[in-house]
Amino acid sequence: MNLLHILWSLIQRDLRLAWRSRGELLNPVFFLILVIALFPLGVGPEGKLLARIASGTVWVAALLATMLSLDLIFRSDVEDGSMEQMFVSQTPLSWIVLGKVITHWLVTGLPLVLLAPLLAILMHLPQPGLWALIQSLALGTPVLSLIGSVGVALTVGIRKGGMLLSLLVLPLYVPVLIFGTAAVENAIAGMSPAGPLLILAAMLLFALTLAPLTAAWALKVSLS
Amino acid sequence: MWKTLKRWFHQLGSPRTFYRFSGALIPWLFVAMVITLAWGLYQSLLVAPTDYQQGESYRILYVHVPSAWMGLFIYVLMAVSGLIALVWRMKVAEMVAIACAPIGAAYTFVTLVTGSLWGKPMWGTWWEWDARLTSELFLLFLYLGVMGLYAAIEDRRKAARAAALLALVGVVNLPIIHYSVVWWNTLHQGATVKLFSGESHMHPSMLKALLIMTAATKFHFGVALLQSVRARILQQESKASWVQELVDD
Amino acid sequence: MTDFWQMGGYALYVWPSYALFLAVVVYWLVAPWLEVKRTLRKMKQRKRRQHARANTGEQHESQA
Repeated sequence: MNLLHILWSLIQRDLRLAWRSRGELLNPVFFLILVIALFPLGVGPEGKLLARIASGTVWVAALLATMLSLDLIFRSDVEDGSMEQMFVSQTPLSWIVLGKVITHWLVTGLPLVLLAPLLAILMHLPQPGLWALIQSLALGTPVLSLIGSVGVALTVGIRKGGMLLSLLVLPLYVPVLIFGTAAVENAIAGMSPAGPLLILAAMLLFALTLAPLTAAWALKVSLS
Repeated sequence: MWKTLKRWFHQLGSPRTFYRFSGALIPWLFVAMVITLAWGLYQSLLVAPTDYQQGESYRILYVHVPSAWMGLFIYVLMAVSGLIALVWRMKVAEMVAIACAPIGAAYTFVTLVTGSLWGKPMWGTWWEWDARLTSELFLLFLYLGVMGLYAAIEDRRKAARAAALLALVGVVNLPIIHYSVVWWNTLHQGATVKLFSGESHMHPSMLKALLIMTAATKFHFGVALLQSVRARILQQESKASWVQELVDD
Repeated sequence: MTDFWQMGGYALYVWPSYALFLAVVVYWLVAPWLEVKRTLRKMKQRKRRQHARANTGEQHESQA
């Protein structure tokens, strides 16, 4: 079996496992909508103001929703002991990590991207920004999952690691936030969002090559 | 040459040698620090001329900029010794990496507060989302993350290795964070005055004071780091026979 | 001299900056030094206690 084959079967297995607890999977989505709904209550329902802050709030909410769902990547595997089997298996650990991150994105990041039009309506996002928002979320959320996997791998042995995880991961999310919102702002201003989007794509490639290796290393350190 | 260097490196890797060696080095570093600090304070407060644009308030630069440089320098050093700790599993390197974090965080904190104190008369507000201050803020969070992770794991050696790995991740991301913040700042640039726009048009005596203060902070860091590592060595090696002998005297 | 302390009207900003900087410098000289001292003292105390316990233990044995 080649590695891609293994990767695919890993993803299938994890997706099946995720489907079994599908009620839990909707929580990040509800969280996202709820956070977005809080902003008009906080700053007032004036359309112009909401449109001004729409890209920023949607992106910050996406950051928080991803961060809160990061535990789904490894924790259950560590708790039920299947992580130890992955340590000794023939497949490189980084490859297994990559499979888990892809699954995580499919169940938490992808819904977020699909939800973007609804969030755009709620926040009065100007029409030209919508497509850029979808594109930037599609490129940016996988980066969030990848960076997050390193953070989770480092805190997986700690019982109450949730708060700590946010401290570790959020500073690393800053570039994604900056370029994600910049793409949307560019589009709204009538400019091409291609620049920031390409930078997001570069970050995605960079994270895709380094994050699984680092997360595998971190798992070995924290579970040794 | 390479061989002696390698042997020296290995010897320093033993806690005992490091403890003795640093004990001998600290007094010299301390004296160097006192001299450069006194000289630097004299230069920066009394000798350096008044800035024609910012008046006397620019003198904050002599504590702000060296602290900012130390914040970055210490982070890089922490990551380098973290890498050594992870690759060669060297105990002393673990302790060096961990000892770096609070000192670097302290310098970063000084940078933020002095930047704010400098900004108040220049910008009219205590805090401006200027590129330099914003990335310093996130540098502080990176330090706090390393310290928090180290504190959260019970096994000291495992904690040190996890924190070292986080420092490595941080050092890779640091330039990305910094340049994206700079880019973000130029995007939203209002009419803010740059506090410090490079030494290029600095008066030579201003530059001199800045360099002396920078040297003083380097020596200070040397003393603080070595002494912190010594404390950690004593605590973690308390069962070793050489530490027991140390107590006998 | 008062000119110097007034810092051209910026005393309120310049002096706190230098004070904080020096406070941090002094703290990071004193704190690790005290930590080394404290650790050594603790270890000495523990050793003395161990010795004392060992001695009384021997006495008990000889009495028995």
